[in-house]
Amino acid sequence: MSILLSKETTFIVQGITGREAVNLTRECLDYGSKVVGGVTPGRKGREVHGVPVFDTVAQAVEHHGGPIDGSVVTVPPAFTKDAVFEAILNGIKLIVIVTERIPRGDVAQMVELADRNGARIIGPNCLGLIVPEVCKMGGIGGPAKDAAKAYQPGPVGVMSRSGGMTTEISSSLTQAGLGVSTAVSIGGDAIIGSTYAELMPLFEADEQTEAIVIYTEPGGRMEAELVDWRTENDAKLPIIAFMAGKFMDDEEMQGMSFGHAGTIVEGAEDSATQKIARLEAAGIPVVERIDEIPAAVKDKLGVAA
Amino acid sequence: MRFFEYEARKIVELAGIPVTKYGFCTTPEQARQAAEEIGGPVVIKSQVLTGGRMKAGGVKFADTPDEAAEHAEAILKLEINGHMPRGVLVDPKAEVKQEYYAGVVWDGTAKRPLMLFSDMGGIDIEEVARTHPDHVGRGHVSNLFPIPDFEAKQTIAATGVTGSQLNRATPVLARLARLFRENDMTLAEINPLAELTDGSFVALDAHMEMEEEAVGRQKKLLRTELQIAEDDTREPYEHSAFEEHVAAIDAADHRGVIQGKDHGFTGNLGLVIGAGGGSLTLTDAVRSQGGKPANYSEIGGNPSVAKACGLAKEVLEKDGVEKIAVMMSIVSNTRVDIVARGVIKACLELEKDPGETIAIFRIPGAWEDEGFRILERYGVEYCDRSVSLWEAAGRAVAKVQGTPEGAAA
Amino acid sequence: MTVAEAGTFIEVVVDDQIANDAEIAKKLEEVCPVDIFDVNESDGSVAIVRQNLDECVLCNLCVEAAPPGGVVVKKLYDGTELRR
Repeated sequence: MSILLSKETTFIVQGITGREAVNLTRECLDYGSKVVGGVTPGRKGREVHGVPVFDTVAQAVEHHGGPIDGSVVTVPPAFTKDAVFEAILNGIKLIVIVTERIPRGDVAQMVELADRNGARIIGPNCLGLIVPEVCKMGGIGGPAKDAAKAYQPGPVGVMSRSGGMTTEISSSLTQAGLGVSTAVSIGGDAIIGSTYAELMPLFEADEQTEAIVIYTEPGGRMEAELVDWRTENDAKLPIIAFMAGKFMDDEEMQGMSFGHAGTIVEGAEDSATQKIARLEAAGIPVVERIDEIPAAVKDKLGVAA
Repeated sequence: MRFFEYEARKIVELAGIPVTKYGFCTTPEQARQAAEEIGGPVVIKSQVLTGGRMKAGGVKFADTPDEAAEHAEAILKLEINGHMPRGVLVDPKAEVKQEYYAGVVWDGTAKRPLMLFSDMGGIDIEEVARTHPDHVGRGHVSNLFPIPDFEAKQTIAATGVTGSQLNRATPVLARLARLFRENDMTLAEINPLAELTDGSFVALDAHMEMEEEAVGRQKKLLRTELQIAEDDTREPYEHSAFEEHVAAIDAADHRGVIQGKDHGFTGNLGLVIGAGGGSLTLTDAVRSQGGKPANYSEIGGNPSVAKACGLAKEVLEKDGVEKIAVMMSIVSNTRVDIVARGVIKACLELEKDPGETIAIFRIPGAWEDEGFRILERYGVEYCDRSVSLWEAAGRAVAKVQGTPEGAAA
Repeated sequence: MTVAEAGTFIEVVVDDQIANDAEIAKKLEEVCPVDIFDVNESDGSVAIVRQNLDECVLCNLCVEAAPPGGVVVKKLYDGTELRR
């Protein structure tokens, strides 16, 4: 089955006339996704690869003749909040925010508004999500034929803070004959719309998903939140983790920030070493190399390697 | 972005939180005058962006203006943890009845600002939370709605504080929470928040940090109120020439993003790698297999040939670099052929043989077939997605060390 | 006169039939996303900006903007061409 997307999912692209959006729109259409409109204020009447452009989300909804399921937002950081508020308040329930460098306060406001309106945000600073051979929302996997190489349908759900690593991990699973049920690039910012723990119930309820792989980095408390969630809930899915950035624990590296480091003040439990220990203690093996992931998954599934 | 204590004081003052009558001074003479104006015993505090001031002798008490000038002179020349002070803060020595803690931080799990309050101020709040949890009150505030005073009141009341102290502390915490939101802070702390013998509450010390991404939209506070220059970025450490050059190349052209860091790296294998997660993974993989990176880098987005070339050249020109490894996780929108052109061009411009200099090229993804043609023409060893990040890193290490492949640390 | 310039990886050749055509020159300058083409102020003919040649993204827009054979993009690394 998969989570969040189906063959019927419809979505718009906000900021569709921008350089990255034009590209991503082409890719999603080629993948078979139902991109039903685009919004760039002031550009109503244009078309991007055949997709009609509107000034407002409301116009897009009216043109569609009914509620639109999702939106991929590529609008620059100073305007992203306004665009996402517009999407939420026009009934859109799944919003993928590609934009990076949005001030944290704006992100928190978007997330709170989404919460109040039964909407879900993926991102920001993410590449979107994909259900192989069903739907792609965002630039994840690249052009359709490249996405097909890396993403084949299968039983593993993938969640990653890094967009590129979502594809790298999924590719290794595909190459090993395991495939992906849904892969989600959850975003690299300190505050994101959907954390591992928040997506787990969706994966748990999905018949197709039999195991989970997460890509993670030092900084933040998302892994601790995941461990707590599993302890408190009837969690069945085995999880395999990969952690990058172990070199950041070294003394010479102290005080520097790398990658998506979005550290939040809440104790010194955020180093790579401590996170790995916590995950392992909770029964979530942390592999050292990406290419070890398929074997670890097969092990958990009781399948021959 | 970090703030000095004297700036943090100004920030809380602007938010309507009572502060003492203090003076920020950059000369002993100014310190004397400030002490005279205050008229009483004072404390002279070094203004540095590091802790441990007390221990290092950066905080001194003075009973007279002359003494104040004397201490100021000494402290202005005192280096603390590698930092020289911007100036000194001259504060009246307060008659403190009790010290409290008031702070606001981000709670990433709840995705809201979190107010913290304790009636055990003056010490490390994390320690208090550990040893005396019932003396720490916590309360989240909304991101969307105005922050009502009562939410602060509830947080404070949870510690058992009542009476006039509750009523005086409430607006302080509420205003701190509002300033946290309005000024895009990632940390806003007043420790200690002092109750003086006359019953008034003042912020005796304040600590603020603002989110980097928000600096551009806080011009009024930063440039007008605090008069902080645009190039005054307060980085935790000084950038090397390599880092600055790479930043300049990145800024010159909006196509794609490059970043380079070399603080703490002293190796012979230059890394031209990406993207964010890929760079971390590859750096780990190189080190775990006995390699010695000369630097860290990140290539993101869809850089121009000039940008990729610029980064590769900077890496190649670092002392001790013998070869470079060009590796990325599978790319969706970075063009493999463009990066290939860039790194080869860097070698050619430095009169190096690309085949000899590039230990391995591993970037699977968009336009890879075209990229492979270019690499073949110049004799560069490359591999496709069937070779993992780990393996590619291993090959690069083996090449530069001249050892057989697969030698793990 | 044929206008031709070569970078390290890319060479662009503009046929003499159209090199002096001011209208085509303007079109080429507009379509190229990496500014390889410029218009000579003196006579409106096509100019190639050599330092931008290696930025060519092989989009083919210049080839399509000119008449068949008018613009040829040569890939110096494998000898193939974009032309129509």
